[in-house]
This record gives sequence, C-alpha cells and structure tokens, in this order.
Amino acid sequence: MTERVLEILRDSFTKILIPGILVTIPLTVLAFSFALIIAVVVALIQFAKVRGLRQICRFYIWVIRGTPLLVQLYLIFYGLPSLGVVLNAFPCAVLVFAINEGAYCAETMRAALESVPRGQIEAGYCAGMSYLQIMRRIVLPQAFRTAFPPLSNSLIGMVKDTSLAANITVVEMFMTTQRIVARTYEPLALYAEVALIYLIFCTVLTRLQRAGEKRLAHVAQ
Amino acid sequence: MTLLKATGIKKKFGDQEVLRGIDLEVRRGDVIAVIGPSGSGKTTLLRCLEFLERPDEGLMVFDGQEIDMPTAPKATVAALRKRTAFVFQNYNLFLNRTALGNVTEGLIVARRMPRSQAEEIGRRMLAKVGMSGKENSRPQELSGGQQQRVAIARALAGNPDLILFDEPTSALDPELIGEVLGVMRQLAEEGMTMIVVTHEIGFARNVSNKVLFMEDGLITEMGSSAEFFANPRQERVRSFIRRLENGQGE
Repeated sequence: MTERVLEILRDSFTKILIPGILVTIPLTVLAFSFALIIAVVVALIQFAKVRGLRQICRFYIWVIRGTPLLVQLYLIFYGLPSLGVVLNAFPCAVLVFAINEGAYCAETMRAALESVPRGQIEAGYCAGMSYLQIMRRIVLPQAFRTAFPPLSNSLIGMVKDTSLAANITVVEMFMTTQRIVARTYEPLALYAEVALIYLIFCTVLTRLQRAGEKRLAHVAQ
Repeated sequence: MTLLKATGIKKKFGDQEVLRGIDLEVRRGDVIAVIGPSGSGKTTLLRCLEFLERPDEGLMVFDGQEIDMPTAPKATVAALRKRTAFVFQNYNLFLNRTALGNVTEGLIVARRMPRSQAEEIGRRMLAKVGMSGKENSRPQELSGGQQQRVAIARALAGNPDLILFDEPTSALDPELIGEVLGVMRQLAEEGMTMIVVTHEIGFARNVSNKVLFMEDGLITEMGSSAEFFANPRQERVRSFIRRLENGQGE
C-alpha cells in the first residue's frame, strides 16, 4: 500500500468516525428506542387480543415487513413533500427506522410473550393481581429475558442499516466516506475503512449483549 | 357455617360437556378431597371455582354473597380471588421472583401492603412450610417439593378463607410427595378450609373430612370420608379406590 493511501486512511479515520458518533449512533439509539416502544405496545395489543386494534397491528406489520426499507425511506422523505409533509432528513430517518424496526421487534416481543407459560398469568390472577399488573411485573420481564438476544440482533442490524440514510441526505458515516472517495478516488481502502468502523461499533454491541445476558440470567428461563 | 355453596355449575369446551351440573357445599374448616378418574372434570371444577375457567351456568354463594358465575363482573371475581387461593399441579411460581418474592408479590401489588410488612408475613409463611433459609432462592434452584411448599406459602400469605389444591403432588417425584402432604395435613389440623383434587388416597382417607367422587362431569358420590371409604355405595367407586390403593394413579 502506498504512502499516499495510508495517509488518506489516517486522515479520514476521524473524519468518518465523527459523523459515526454524532449521527450514526444517535440515529440508532433514538430509532431503536422508539422501535422498542412500538414493539411492546403492538405485541401487547396482539397478545391481549384487543379487538379492532389487533387487526391494525397485523396490517402495520404486514405492510412494513412486506416493503423494502429503502423504499420506505424514499416514500417518506421524497414522497410525502408532494402532500405538503416535509421532514428534515434526520428526524425522517429516525421515524422510518423506528417504524420499520418496530414491526420486526413487535414480532420478536409477541413470540417472547407467548413463550411465557400460561400458568404465570393464572398464578398472578390467583394472587389477586390485575391483568396489567401481571403483564408489567411478571410476564413482560420474563418476555424481555427471552427477547433480549433477538432484540440485540435487531439493534446490531440497525447500526448497519443506518447507512441507508445516506440516500436521504443524512450525512452519516457512509455518506461521509462516499464524499472522501469522490475527492481521493480510493474506494477500496476507504470502504474497507468504514466497514471496519461499523465492525468496531457492532463488536462493542456484541460485548454489551453478552454482559446484558449475564445480568438477565437470573430472570427466569 | 357454610362458606361456599355452588349450584348447577356447567362448563363446556366446544361441544364437550366437562361439568354437567355440580352442586357443592363447603363449610368452614372442611377439608374436601375430590377424587375420580382422569377426565371426570375435577380440575375444571376447581378452576371454575377460582374463575380460571368461566362456567357456562352456575350460581355461587360465597360467605353470603351471591355470584352468578357466568356473568360475574371482573371486580367481583377479583374480590373473590383475594379471599381464596389456588395451588397448581405444576406450582406456577413466578419465575422472575425469589421464593420470598413469590409470597410477597400479591401482598405488595394486589393488596398494596408496605414491603416491610409483606416481607415479614412472607418470612413467616415460608417458615410455616419449612422453607426458612430459602427466601432468596429462585424457583429454578428448588426441587419440586420445595417449589410446591413455596406455592403453599404464597397461597397462605393472603390469609384466604379457602385454598383450592389442584393435584398438588401429581407432578412430584414419589420421595417428595410426603413433605407437601405433611404441610397440607398441618393446615388441615389448623382448621384451614381446603378443597383438594387428589389421587392420594391416604390423604383423602386420613386428612379430609369429606370426599367427593366425580365421574363424567358429575359428582356421583359424596360423604364424610369415614363413611365414604368404609362403605362406598357404587361398585365403580369401590374399584376406583382399590386401584388407587394398589397402584396409585389411574
């Protein structure tokens, strides 16, 4: 590798890392937090078989899982303005990623809720607790334990998916890299470099997942 | 004094009639053993009394309060459940709570008792079932017999008027049955009112004061346990008892 490429790599590392820390990570954290809220609500509605709302939830999951994330981003960012709805790129990305990931995580949560033995709910009733109390104190904590590994999976997936936000003008790590490539014309080295940074981010998350699983180990199986 | 009187309880699952008209009277201090072949509706009856299944028909009078079983509103059911307790065949301990947490959960959450007071009761109840020192154990760390004793402590915590036991020893290894039956015998001696679905013929004979025999969704024979065992009226009951005594279980 030439001196020049090495210099470009050294130079660009912080240039790519900074939008990673300032954009990719906040985008992921915000979108995933909202996704989790959506997931829990949607999963609980289905689990409790709330009439009417349940059909709406199924429809939501059907539409979101059946269309590409990239198309959803374009639809909201480039499509909605013609209806007079104009969103800034970053909040638009948060919104789309949250709604998209929410649908997948809702299915994860639903499966986890259903894996909690039926007897846990009955025991709660017999102890005089209400349905909501049982959900909050007994069923959801156990479901979270079960859902933790697949949810971590989704989170790690989302870190990488945020690169798609480059398509709707969000200046995150990938778009920053593209710009440097356009200037230096070293695509191999620079895309490898940004890939490495994504890998570092995900490695940290994998470590966190392992630590989290250890801490949750005491919460039922 | 009558604590609970139920008349005409019927329950269908699909087109299968599981309970076909059950009348039952429980007096305070009664220990009623419910025996009968598998599929006779024993467990369903018990679950109907706790409203874990909703009967299609039936009237219940609990401590003077009339409850129309098919239509009883949530609040009525919740109030009833605070005065009764249920012990499951497979314990159903809260898997995300310690032994002590299992006993205190209902007190703290449903009865809004201060934690310190709930824990004091919890420790006392665990001691009563011989589980002192296991307060901080998780259900997964306990044997079946220990889990069932914690479940009984949990049932006792709310100071119920009536405890329903659904085959409390059927899931246990034979050597663990005794410790659970021992606790139940002690409760009976203290005057606790209990309905026990069981295959433990010894318990039915020696601890309970009344025995119900169920078959095909009906109570086909009942009486004081002394007369029930001394002189069963039906041949069907006689052969059932004989089989339990010989082999245990159906």
